[in-house]
Amino acid sequence: MRTTLTTLLLVCAAWAQQSDILIKLEGGTKRVIAAPDFRGAGGAQPLAATFNQTVFEDLQQSGLLSMAAKSFYPLDPPQQASDLRAPAPPAPARRNAPPAPANCNGRCLIDWSGPPVNANYLAFGYAAEQNGQFVAFGHLFNVNVADLSGAQVFRKLYLASLDEAGARKAAHEFAADILAQFGAKTLAGTSIYFVSDRGGRGTKDIWAMDFDGGNPRRITSYNSISTTPAVSADGTKLAFTTYAKGEPRIFIHLLETNRYLPFLNPRASMNATPEFTPDGKSLLFSSTLTGYAQIYIADIDGGNMRRLSSSRAIEVEPKVNPKTGAEIVFVSGRSGPQQIYKMNMDGADVVRLTTGEGEAGNPGWHPDGQHIAFAWTRGYAPGNWNIFIMDVASRETVQLTYGQGRNENPTWAPDGRHLVFSSNRSGRSQIYSMLANGQELRQLTTAGNNWMPVWSK
Amino acid sequence: MKLRTLTVLSLSILIFAGAGCKKKPPVTPPAPTPQPALQERQGPPTVISFTAEPSTVLRGESSTLRWNVMGATEITIDNGVGTVEATGTRRITPAGNTTYGLVAKGPGGTANASVQVVVNTPPPPPPPAPPPATPTKTLQERLSTDVQDVYFDYDKSEIREDARATLHRDIEGLRAILRDFPNAVINVEGHCDERGSAEYNLGLGDRRATSAKEFLTQAGVPGDRLRTISYGKEKPQCTESTESCWQKNRRVHFSAQ
Repeated sequence: MRTTLTTLLLVCAAWAQQSDILIKLEGGTKRVIAAPDFRGAGGAQPLAATFNQTVFEDLQQSGLLSMAAKSFYPLDPPQQASDLRAPAPPAPARRNAPPAPANCNGRCLIDWSGPPVNANYLAFGYAAEQNGQFVAFGHLFNVNVADLSGAQVFRKLYLASLDEAGARKAAHEFAADILAQFGAKTLAGTSIYFVSDRGGRGTKDIWAMDFDGGNPRRITSYNSISTTPAVSADGTKLAFTTYAKGEPRIFIHLLETNRYLPFLNPRASMNATPEFTPDGKSLLFSSTLTGYAQIYIADIDGGNMRRLSSSRAIEVEPKVNPKTGAEIVFVSGRSGPQQIYKMNMDGADVVRLTTGEGEAGNPGWHPDGQHIAFAWTRGYAPGNWNIFIMDVASRETVQLTYGQGRNENPTWAPDGRHLVFSSNRSGRSQIYSMLANGQELRQLTTAGNNWMPVWSK
Repeated sequence: MKLRTLTVLSLSILIFAGAGCKKKPPVTPPAPTPQPALQERQGPPTVISFTAEPSTVLRGESSTLRWNVMGATEITIDNGVGTVEATGTRRITPAGNTTYGLVAKGPGGTANASVQVVVNTPPPPPPPAPPPATPTKTLQERLSTDVQDVYFDYDKSEIREDARATLHRDIEGLRAILRDFPNAVINVEGHCDERGSAEYNLGLGDRRATSAKEFLTQAGVPGDRLRTISYGKEKPQCTESTESCWQKNRRVHFSAQ
């Protein structure tokens, strides 16, 4: 009972604290956008549904815009700019009668800006097959501008292959162009690396997928357990821990060719949790070379190895500040249960960032180098992890998930607005993305169990 | 002997004379049996005894033939014994059941005797006894039967009191196994329950394996034959989210490489 009450209080307090105190997601009130479905012609016709869904989700996921309710849309939305027309001058209203709503059935901007749609923007267009390609003609209009010629924000052709992947790619590009109007960096073209057991037989491998969960592809095939992926800032190298040689060892792959890049592992029972420095020239990792797992740094080939941390405690998961390259957050048990600490690149000035309550792990830097996301069991029994964000300077934290299963390994999207993490809230462990305020939750994986997502360029 | 011959002759004369005298119808006298008279004169040799002692032997053992013959000029025993004296013994080692025949020849005839030597063949030996149990079991089987898992508290790598007792028992098992498998190196696996983070548990599993290995090496188990390996929470043997299941996973397990 008391626990329930405490949890409830925590939840209420956290909700009050919620919003975007830490990560600025939007300025003022959200703009409302209407995005009626594109219709497809020829070979593009069966792909239109994929295109429409992708555009809608990208816009919604961004958190920058509110989606106008589709059920209020007029029945005959425009397909190209020439479909739009100026409304007829309103008929003189009779006395005592309500003013007749101007209604062009969707062909006038006021059909969208007025009630019941009440949109600020209108995204529309059509898709077709041309020379064996998928072609989408996208438009964005500011429907609050009365003059048709001034209302157009942009119109653009999107070319892609005539298949599902092509339709998704064109949709991501169209959505990205819309969101760019509102200051958003596009996530199209970014990849999420993660661990999956979908290969079966007790094995785990590193996989990659597009930022929206599409196009899953297997990266490693060691018929073993490969885990804790890390990707260099330039997106060219993947480092991970693998049992391919027996004990946990660090392997590096070049991502463009998926070739193995030799990394000299120290002669220790465990070398694990690798992470690249922002310049991609060095690797931080945890090694039991001298007993307890401690933080080390070495060149990308394993040479020039130095020990950075010095404690009689387990220390793992070093993560270098991507902005300054001058400090490391890591996980240590030096004060008891695992907590998050920070130190300089030379191992000096160690401070604990989390309060010591519960257990904390999985720190991930925000691209701004000022915030981290991490997993914490504070307020819950051991093992009940939730996602938190911390302002590293002030130690102020915001909780984003509330006890729905185990929520772990949050990492930031390159846009600094989205997070990706794993959760077993649906039974098996799956990868989810959400906005930095906890909204717009989206499940990205369904096959097997999936863990430890890393959002890369 | 002579007297008896005379008597027979006298009786024959009397009978002949009497018949002639009395003129009685002739009575056919019983046919004379000349043999006794012949035997008396030229009887065949007499085999007084012909024995095998013992008459039953195991294959490979020998028996002794013993014989005593009278009135023979030549005595032979078959089956390779050959011509022998009238009285004698001979050691024989027959390969199988053998009937030895003795033929005694004399001026008065021939006498035969035989004796059988039964040779018992021992039953075949039982199949070779199964070799002692240890070498047939694999290293993995020995480890699973002779060495027990060691359990830990949550987020701890210290050896508990009950784990101390377990390890003491494991010492004997490990020593015997390392003796029987002189080239084996045994994995000392450290495992954790699902609650701590996967990354931290890699370090914790290593601590547990190291604690167990240190305990064993201090007790004399050769450290170069033990290899610590942390599986963190990657290989749970129990997957429910209950304390009893978590306890089963917070362990050090011994395995073959």
